[in-house]
Amino acid sequence: MTEWGMAIDVDRCTGCEACVVACRGENNVPVTGPVESSRGRTIEWLRIERYMEGAFPDVRMRFKPVLCVHCDNAPCVKVCPVSATYETPQGLNAQIHPRCIGTRACAHACPYTIRFFNWSEPSWESPLEQTINPDVAVRWKGIMEKCTFCVQRIRRGEDTAKEEERPVRDGEVDPACAQSCPTRAITFGDLEDPDSVVAQLFKSPRAELPLADLGTGPRVAYLQEGEWRGSVRARSRD
Amino acid sequence: MEASERDREIEDSLLRHVFETGRGFYLTVAALLTIIAFGGLAWMEQLQGGLGVAGMNQPVYWGLYITNYIFFIGISHAGTLISAILRLTGAEWRRPITRVAEVITVVALIMGSSNILWHLGRPELIYLPLIEPQFLSPLIWDVGAISLYMTGSIVYLYLPLIPDLALLRDRSPRLRGLYKLLALGWTGTERQHARLEKAISIMAVAIIPIAVSVHTVVSWTLAMMLVPMWHTAIFGPYFVVGAIFSGIAALMIAMAILRKVFHLEKFLGALQFNNLSLLLVTMSCLWAYFTLAEHLTAWYGNEHAEMAVLSSRLTGAFAPYFWGMVIACFVMPLAILGPKKTRTITGSVVASTFVLMGMWLERFIIVVSSASHPRSQQMWDAGTYSPSTVEIAITAAEFAAFILCYVLFAKLFPLVSIWEVKEAPEVEAG
Repeated sequence: MTEWGMAIDVDRCTGCEACVVACRGENNVPVTGPVESSRGRTIEWLRIERYMEGAFPDVRMRFKPVLCVHCDNAPCVKVCPVSATYETPQGLNAQIHPRCIGTRACAHACPYTIRFFNWSEPSWESPLEQTINPDVAVRWKGIMEKCTFCVQRIRRGEDTAKEEERPVRDGEVDPACAQSCPTRAITFGDLEDPDSVVAQLFKSPRAELPLADLGTGPRVAYLQEGEWRGSVRARSRD
Repeated sequence: MEASERDREIEDSLLRHVFETGRGFYLTVAALLTIIAFGGLAWMEQLQGGLGVAGMNQPVYWGLYITNYIFFIGISHAGTLISAILRLTGAEWRRPITRVAEVITVVALIMGSSNILWHLGRPELIYLPLIEPQFLSPLIWDVGAISLYMTGSIVYLYLPLIPDLALLRDRSPRLRGLYKLLALGWTGTERQHARLEKAISIMAVAIIPIAVSVHTVVSWTLAMMLVPMWHTAIFGPYFVVGAIFSGIAALMIAMAILRKVFHLEKFLGALQFNNLSLLLVTMSCLWAYFTLAEHLTAWYGNEHAEMAVLSSRLTGAFAPYFWGMVIACFVMPLAILGPKKTRTITGSVVASTFVLMGMWLERFIIVVSSASHPRSQQMWDAGTYSPSTVEIAITAAEFAAFILCYVLFAKLFPLVSIWEVKEAPEVEAG
């Protein structure tokens, strides 16, 4: 059985946010606009966190793409009263939109704060509605949504492989963020396959699991040299 | 002969507010309905525009509605628990106040759980947790605990009402059919009395663990999550203590209003207020102990995320609320109700008002200050929470509806248990 995972090399990340844009386009992530965004209602399945090292003028900026880590022992799954979120056999933490009743308990349970609520009905200003990806359902107000590891791309890859009567090749399936990264900082693949690039990267001494001490079992690893001594900066809203 | 005259007197004075309807009643109902109507409009706006019209955001996904939910369910411990414990310990002075307390319980439970309706993103699916529950979720435990408590407290309110319902059936100029139906053919025979006492005793014992479980489970909705300063074992008992504390305060305020409006001075007297005041002071000390234990543990542990929450409470954005809460929940009750000179009815009402405000603030601080500081540090204060007009209007409507339910109950049923007061006439004067 496949178990999907991702390795992100933060030493390669330039903070260009191409992944953020690609994710938004691929997954029909609604644009909330500057007003709602300034009130903390931004929806971005993938965000770039910024960390500052040093003091002016000797300053260094580090960037970290943050997305759902698809926990092996997901706190969000346990608290949902109606099983609107669950773990698939392939290790994806999936959200069933029609089941969601909007308690927002999962949003608090998630220690990564990477689940998003639709505070209003999503809308696309003309002609942006023509950019909507027909492979992905558009959500509606009152429900949670989150990163799916681009499950539609995974299914397409699996279908192609099945037609050609072969297993899915390593590197064949890429989520939009991985595909669009100009520095190839994001690697996606099967963690169960010991020869896959992502499985190798998980074994790297540079690999670190986010908030690993909580025991959530993330399926996203960050690769970096040494410790970050940078201070935490407030999240950008522009 | 003399005894029956006194009985008649008790009946008359306690049934007056059921039989006589003045202008005040209609004015009160109209005023309350206006506030509720504004709340209704606000809810309609929220249904149309989504929860974005409320002040919540990422990371503060829970706000005023959850605060009110915890607060009202806390208030509900007034009744059943207090009157059950007092009944079991044979405290005779509780006779005139048990029903006042039990009505608070039922109405507060209805108000508290109604918050789920405006809290949910999709209230039209509110039935889904009932038909397809996921039992690992603390929210499902809530559903179970509150349903059980609601059922139990309605039964516990109803049982001691039966003899009074029979009295109404015989004496009421209107609604005789309703009272006859509800009185279940009560005639007041020895056997009926024995059975009733037995049933009430069983309910009084049963309701105590249920009441304790309810606010424990409510606290677990927060405590089961990995959120800093929610994820603590103290929350269960801390919430139960806070619930009883605020319940006593709500009870004394209700008693003070009722004795003035319905002229029940003879029944709800200085004795009751004095004893409840002492209970309130005890609970205030317990509450302060729990608050100290909770915050000292977090402070000494000095864990990064917890310290962020703690310092936001002690010195940061929530400091005015936090210290306001400490003054209202601990300093004021002790200062006012400690000295015998100020432990009067007026004094206990003032102290109770402080306690209610303080306990509401406590729920607000617990929910919002932790939610503002999740483990993901970049989210700290990404969205600050302040309630919107919609949330405030709905909150006002909840309080108005709470009073309205109380007023309507008083129109239909006696607020002081007539047969129980008759059985123990020596305590009536208080």
